[in-house]
Amino acid sequence: MQPRGSILGTRVQRVEDPQLLTRGGVYTDDLVDDALASAVHVSFVRSPIAHARITSIDLTALRAAPGFVAAFTAEDLALPGARPMLATIDERFTRPILAAGTVRYVGEPVAIVVTEGYYQAEDVGELVDIEYDPLPPVVDPLAAGRDEVLLFPDVGTNTVCEFLPEHRDEQLFENCEVVVSSEIVNQRVAPAPLETRAAAASWGSDDRLTMWLPNQGAQTSQRALAALLGLDISRLRIVTPDVGGAFGAKFGADPEHAAVAWVARELARPARWSEQRYDNMLAMTHGRAQLQTVTIGGDRDGKLRAYRLDVVQDCGAYPAIGALLPSLTRMMAPGTYRFERVESAARCVVTNTTPIGAYRGAGRPEATAAVERAVDLFAAEIGMDPADVRRRNLLPAFAEPQENGSGALYDSGDYPAALELALSAAGYDDLRREQAERRERGDVRLLGIGLASYVEITGGGDEAGAPSENALIEVHPDGTATILTGTSPHGQGHATAWAMLASDELGIPIELITVRHGDTDLVPEGGGTGGSRSLQQGGAAVQQAARELADIARLRAADMLEANPDDLRIDRDRAAITVAGSPHVAVTLAELAGVERLFVRTVFTAPGATFPFGAHVAVVEVDTETGRPTLLRLISVDDAGVVLNPLLADGQRHGGLAQGAAQALFEEMVYDDDGNPLTATFADYAFPSAAELPMFQLETMETPTTYNPLGAKGLGEAGTIGSTPAVQNAVIDAVAHLGVRHIDMPTTSRRIWEAIQTATTNAEGRL
Amino acid sequence: MIPAPFEYLRAHDVAHALDLLREHGDEAKLLAGGHSLLPMMKLRLARPTVLIDIAELADLDYVRVDGDTLAVGALATHARVGEAELVRAEAPLIAHSASLIGDPQVRHRGTIGGSLAHADPAADLPMAVLAAGATLVLEGPAGRREVDADDFFTGFFTTALEPDEILVEIRLPRRAGEPWGYEKFVRRSNDWAIVGVATVAGRVALANMGSAPLRAAETERALAAGAGIDAAAELAAENTDPVSDLHADPAYRRHLARVLVARALSSAPG
Amino acid sequence: MIQVEVTVNGEARSAEVEPRLLLVHFLRDVCRLRATNVGCDTTSCGACTVLLDGVSVKSCTVLAAQADGHEVATVEGLAREGELHPVQAAFRAEHGLQCGFCTPGMVMASVGLLQANPHPTEEEIRIGLEGNLCRCTGYHNIVRAVLAAAEAEA
Ligand SMILES: Cc1cc2nc3c(=O)[nH]c(=O)nc-3n(C[C@H](O)[C@H](O)[C@H](O)COP(=O)(O)OP(=O)(O)OC[C@H]3O[C@@H](n4cnc5c(N)ncnc54)[C@H](O)[C@@H]3O)c2cc1C
Ligand code: FES
Ligand code: FES
Repeated sequence: MQPRGSILGTRVQRVEDPQLLTRGGVYTDDLVDDALASAVHVSFVRSPIAHARITSIDLTALRAAPGFVAAFTAEDLALPGARPMLATIDERFTRPILAAGTVRYVGEPVAIVVTEGYYQAEDVGELVDIEYDPLPPVVDPLAAGRDEVLLFPDVGTNTVCEFLPEHRDEQLFENCEVVVSSEIVNQRVAPAPLETRAAAASWGSDDRLTMWLPNQGAQTSQRALAALLGLDISRLRIVTPDVGGAFGAKFGADPEHAAVAWVARELARPARWSEQRYDNMLAMTHGRAQLQTVTIGGDRDGKLRAYRLDVVQDCGAYPAIGALLPSLTRMMAPGTYRFERVESAARCVVTNTTPIGAYRGAGRPEATAAVERAVDLFAAEIGMDPADVRRRNLLPAFAEPQENGSGALYDSGDYPAALELALSAAGYDDLRREQAERRERGDVRLLGIGLASYVEITGGGDEAGAPSENALIEVHPDGTATILTGTSPHGQGHATAWAMLASDELGIPIELITVRHGDTDLVPEGGGTGGSRSLQQGGAAVQQAARELADIARLRAADMLEANPDDLRIDRDRAAITVAGSPHVAVTLAELAGVERLFVRTVFTAPGATFPFGAHVAVVEVDTETGRPTLLRLISVDDAGVVLNPLLADGQRHGGLAQGAAQALFEEMVYDDDGNPLTATFADYAFPSAAELPMFQLETMETPTTYNPLGAKGLGEAGTIGSTPAVQNAVIDAVAHLGVRHIDMPTTSRRIWEAIQTATTNAEGRL
Repeated sequence: MIPAPFEYLRAHDVAHALDLLREHGDEAKLLAGGHSLLPMMKLRLARPTVLIDIAELADLDYVRVDGDTLAVGALATHARVGEAELVRAEAPLIAHSASLIGDPQVRHRGTIGGSLAHADPAADLPMAVLAAGATLVLEGPAGRREVDADDFFTGFFTTALEPDEILVEIRLPRRAGEPWGYEKFVRRSNDWAIVGVATVAGRVALANMGSAPLRAAETERALAAGAGIDAAAELAAENTDPVSDLHADPAYRRHLARVLVARALSSAPG
Repeated sequence: MIQVEVTVNGEARSAEVEPRLLLVHFLRDVCRLRATNVGCDTTSCGACTVLLDGVSVKSCTVLAAQADGHEVATVEGLAREGELHPVQAAFRAEHGLQCGFCTPGMVMASVGLLQANPHPTEEEIRIGLEGNLCRCTGYHNIVRAVLAAAEAEA
């Protein structure tokens, strides 16, 4: 319990906002720094062909062009490239910084063009003359799996890695009365942060590189970039300007970042890069991209018994984080259900498309989408209400950690309560009645109601061990305080949240607390912000640091006031240490800091990952004549334990819900058969605006975790995870009575209309 | 995405603009609101070397009644056309069409003349002026001439405009109180029509059902012969040649055209 | 090169510029007002929204040359003597921004929207902001902020 008057749990407005609202953020492209004066502008000439051999590159025409500084190709760059992230993957899948000999996707960087200004970049870039000898492309991951066209002939296969169950259970569905199987596409989407990728690089006279980089964790980016450049990390400082959204796709460092650093060194001039949206859509990693086969079995009375998930993960042209995603998908395969048997397998293949990376949820939304679709398919098959099938099979509430039969240890949860809360908030029974009425009177606009129950994993550790994060707090003699954190906000509001935590312990007003992050000289260690880890580890570390600092202050005050430390307490109204019973005897933290620096650095370590959960209900209207779907309502219960600041938490949920719904209804990176991307601009990529989305209805549920003193689990990705299948299920539910069982995402008007046509033609055929 | 270099000239009246056009010939492009031309230049799909900015020709930004027609100057923005009381009263179909174009920012810049001259088969106003039975006034070195909307759109992004001509005025039959209908089928609110339908006074025009905006002639004939809405709408896709793209194949587009024509005819808000 | 003079946030700014210079880059690089952002290549995202002669426009699709002799307002000019403009204050109070990248454009589009329609409904706000994309907020709080700003200004 928090003491009375605590600001924890209250809607504190963000300290970040005044700057962002009046002067704007200082994003990488906005930076003004002496070290960047007279910087050159870097741009990339990218492959227009999905798969080809480069036969020649002619740079002569550039040299006379106004603004030309230099141009480089793979031959100039003696850099090793980005090795696959898993040690088990063949090293020959290494991604070069610039394509060498072969291009493997449209958008792959082939040459670097350096100009004085960015207005000249395209003028000069147009003059690069590259000849390609086309190779047959392979775009479909299933076709890639057949190894008829090889991206890496040396390796001899397009299969990067496989994850198989220890032994396949041929009797998995043995005792099931009903078994349903379906192929499901979890389509490729673009993370599309509003700020594209960028970088600014400057080598100091000490031969040390300072790199400004929009990222999600400066320390991770430092390691990744050092590896790409073959540098010792001590010679590389990462500074993180404001970051305009990331969603998983700004972790680490990309080949372009290494190229910018290399150019700065080669030309002995600072260098800057800021990509255009077109480049961003082609060359920032995409997300999802799984082909799934779900098989679900159980009894006619609604009992689920067995579930199998087979995944083909499209990694794009080079295995990056994409190759890691299926492990998370497999781990979360059974979701919130109690199956007797669960089996999953995954295979990762390369295709002639943009590499796949993390995108909000990264591996877990794919698991939820699969199982939630499977449960609906099962419900449809046995003719039972999908809510009832879920009620019958959800894991009951638990407070002690519990194995999920697929390699995850769920910390705490109450899935039935979340589902019931979502259903009652939605007015489920009334919705079903309205749906029936509309069907009965032959309404053109049908109602669809979709459910999703979800659990996901947040704040997991890495190979290095248990999840942890560091924080440093220093109180200054002027009464202000500084927090250094290893987390890396890019919209989440850490400056406010971390200040709240410190303020709550120390009584220093949040306006006087500065939170700093993302400069590796200042904060050499840190796990960054991703996997919904920040509050539960980074926030917990701040609170722990503040408590330790208060203890130190008490000891020092005891000396000063010649009192027994046990009689001293922190007076939060004055940010001071006082003697119990005689509040006039006090020494402020600022005074203590004046005597001797007053700071603490601490590391918080959690026993393991946490498993937030919830339930989403979507209500859509489908125009049966045109197929057009409209999202009317989205109701969400997202239980991520104790909430620190509901204003921020709700914001995270809204954003997640919108992205999740967008995947269900709108977004897809589409390639034609030749590997040409058809959705590489915001005109073609159906990123929804306010006009396409409703207000969201958020319900509150807080089941604490014991894994950190805050009782908090991760919330950043939750919204995305439940909403996608809820909305997809709703669309299918609207037309289910016509015989439609499945429609792949995005559920566009055309797909819905075609599904209705097929179902009604089939129904007529059966008559 | 930065346009290739060009020379920028500002015209102060129509005569000046015509002079500049003559002087610079094929190299030059007129720039009105710039909301079709600049996006294409930024993508380097268009690379004129001279831009003749006509946006400041105040003599082409007006809306006025002229006998039994409503005259709209070519430089009236979509926002103005959509909001002007006169247009809303006398040519509500046109006002409605303009108010659905893109988003507010686009409507603040884009002009009716620019949209018609650009002649995107998926655009709103070309289809709307076709349904409305508008007459377009073009001015060239030899003076003014009038072209029916039916003869103006000649193909894929092509019109009856000669390179040395300027579209100066759109003349619309006054249709206060007459029922009209408009359907724009989009994925996102600010997208171009996947299929569009405009109808007034027995005329029915389609957007994105061929290389140019076109009239649903069979539907119109059936309506004239007294057919019911549904029967007439069934014929909406006759003689169309819609493209296949991300959003729709020809079969789906034809289906949409039939549904949307039926809706436009039956909604016909007065 | 051509000479342009644009009144930006009430101040006359003149410069010799390339005819192809986009207004957004005039603001960012000539005027050094860098709140206005560029988020796309296709006039789709609205991150670059400013007011031109009082109405919202996408400054990535206006030439500096076209703005010659006109007035531009950017988010930097909204607050008066340290007081947030009602739209700015509402964005803060309702948490209508996260990463902040879309925010200057979103705020200016909202200011333009409220000038044209001081009492919009939720639906009118959603349609009115159709030209502005935000990846972070899901728009929920942006819409609430505009509703709140309309209340506050009433
Ligand atoms: C994001 C976005 C969304 C859009 N959505 C839609 C939509 O939903 N529906 C729709 O219909 N349109 C849409 N548009 C296009 C918009 O309507 C354009 O404004 C319009 O098509 C062009 O008008 P303009 O004045 O901007 O012309 P400009 O771009 O200036 O010119 C277009 C062409 O016409 C020529 N031209 C211009 N004026 C004249 C004239 N008076 N005489 C002769 N030639 C002339 C120019 O030389 C040029 O070739 C959209 C545009 C954008 C950027
Ligand atoms: S940058 Fe202007 S609309 Fe996207
Ligand atoms: S706040 Fe990040 S894009 Fe809107």
